Amino acid sequence: MADFPANLRYSVEHEWIDDASPATVGVTSVAADALGDVVYLELPEVGATIEAGTVVGEIESTKSVSELYSPVSGTVVEVNTAAVDDPAVVNADPFGAGWLFKVEVSAEGQLLSAEEYAQHTA
Amino acid sequence: MPETVPEAATAAATLSPLHDEHVALGANLTEFGGWLMPLRYTSDLAEHKAVRGAAGLFDLSHMGGISVTGPDAGAFLDHALIGNLSGLAVMRARYTMICAPDGGVLDDLIVYHVAPGEYFVVANAANAATVLVALLERAAGFDAQVRDVSANQALIAVQGPRAEEILREVLTEDAEISGGTALDDLRYYACLGMRFGDETVLVGRTGYTGEDGFEVWVDVPHAVALWRALLAAGEPYGLVPAGLSARDSLRLEAGMPLYGHELDTTTTPFEAGLGRVVRLDKTSEDGTPVDFVGREALAARKDSAPARVLVGLRGTGRRPARAGYPVVRPGADGAPGPQVGTVTSGAPSPTLGSPVAMAYVTPEVSAEGTELAVDVRGRAEPFVVVALPFYRRG
Repeated sequence: MADFPANLRYSVEHEWIDDASPATVGVTSVAADALGDVVYLELPEVGATIEAGTVVGEIESTKSVSELYSPVSGTVVEVNTAAVDDPAVVNADPFGAGWLFKVEVSAEGQLLSAEEYAQHTA
Repeated sequence: MPETVPEAATAAATLSPLHDEHVALGANLTEFGGWLMPLRYTSDLAEHKAVRGAAGLFDLSHMGGISVTGPDAGAFLDHALIGNLSGLAVMRARYTMICAPDGGVLDDLIVYHVAPGEYFVVANAANAATVLVALLERAAGFDAQVRDVSANQALIAVQGPRAEEILREVLTEDAEISGGTALDDLRYYACLGMRFGDETVLVGRTGYTGEDGFEVWVDVPHAVALWRALLAAGEPYGLVPAGLSARDSLRLEAGMPLYGHELDTTTTPFEAGLGRVVRLDKTSEDGTPVDFVGREALAARKDSAPARVLVGLRGTGRRPARAGYPVVRPGADGAPGPQVGTVTSGAPSPTLGSPVAMAYVTPEVSAEGTELAVDVRGRAEPFVVVALPFYRRG
């Protein structure tokens, strides 16, 4: 069973979110591995109001395009422009430098603990 | 992103003789043509770049292998396929196609002439059964035997600039089985027998990556040993195992068609820019023209202007086009204009650093330099028509 950072929570769509305010959102190593090499990111715009469980962007890899869902509702306050410029960081460091956007959370969707997410992906 | 999680193998998928090797190497597996094959081992980009810069090792055991033998083998293949196979010298290989009577492509093939009266036909995995059935039907009246040998043989490819050096570490020459040809002298699209230990393997200098490289047919009981030997011997040269994902981006850069994308039963070889493989001029030994399946339809199409043309497209933005996306005229304010074609294959090109695609477009927009766009999920991404292939080895 893969190990996932215990300080994060997870969506069944393979996003992670931390407990900070504003919260940081990214995709998990499971998603990054399944996608293959990420070559293009379309992220929500700063100031956008987003809803949990809805599509807020796209992650494009060498072989496929996937929709990016938001694990929470709220207002986007920052996007990772370094990752937009060099999307390979999503594969290299999905839980760190490969974060995607920061959001002022108004409501949460269904989120899993690291242990629950590990079971979900096992 | 639920759709990104790899699909589980269905019970119907055939496993390669090298399946356990792929699992041990941590491959991400995918179903392709009814087989469960490696999509990638580590990174698509790293595997692609290894083939361009050093070498990649591919398991192609999903390809269909059909043996055609007998006194009429050459004449039979001249009748069944669109190429001139009776004129193919022994130990040479040829790219050809099998067409339906209406000229539509049933499959593209490589045919090896391995000995007098003995040919070896390589078909795409998804079409192997179609090709076998068509060949069996078309063999009526010829003294030729058609046998499916796919289950007996594995196919392993070593592709890349270091491929010849790596092959030398593992295979040995034997004048008796090679007919005197040395590996150094082996020309592109030629083949020879070599030894792997005590076993004979068929080595073709063919490939589907745009690099120098070899495809090695080995009897299934020795496939794992050959795979491991090539992997170990190749490591100091920079060889890595490479999956179907890298194979697809490599062949796209090399401008090579893929059945189901650039070729299908609704497409004739002319539209695909492959009119040269249609040999309307082939004759039998006594000089009479050979009537092959599809001849009449293809002869009628030869001189008429095609309704669509296969072109290369190079993106000037960052977003890749994918198969099935509409090719459009650039509209106002970045909106997609009228549709003029459809993308057949598209990917980011690791070698060029920009998106590349092949597409069928209407002839009036097929000239090099024509500025077009691809409707990438509602947005017009800029592309320009360029000559194929996108990449040619230096």
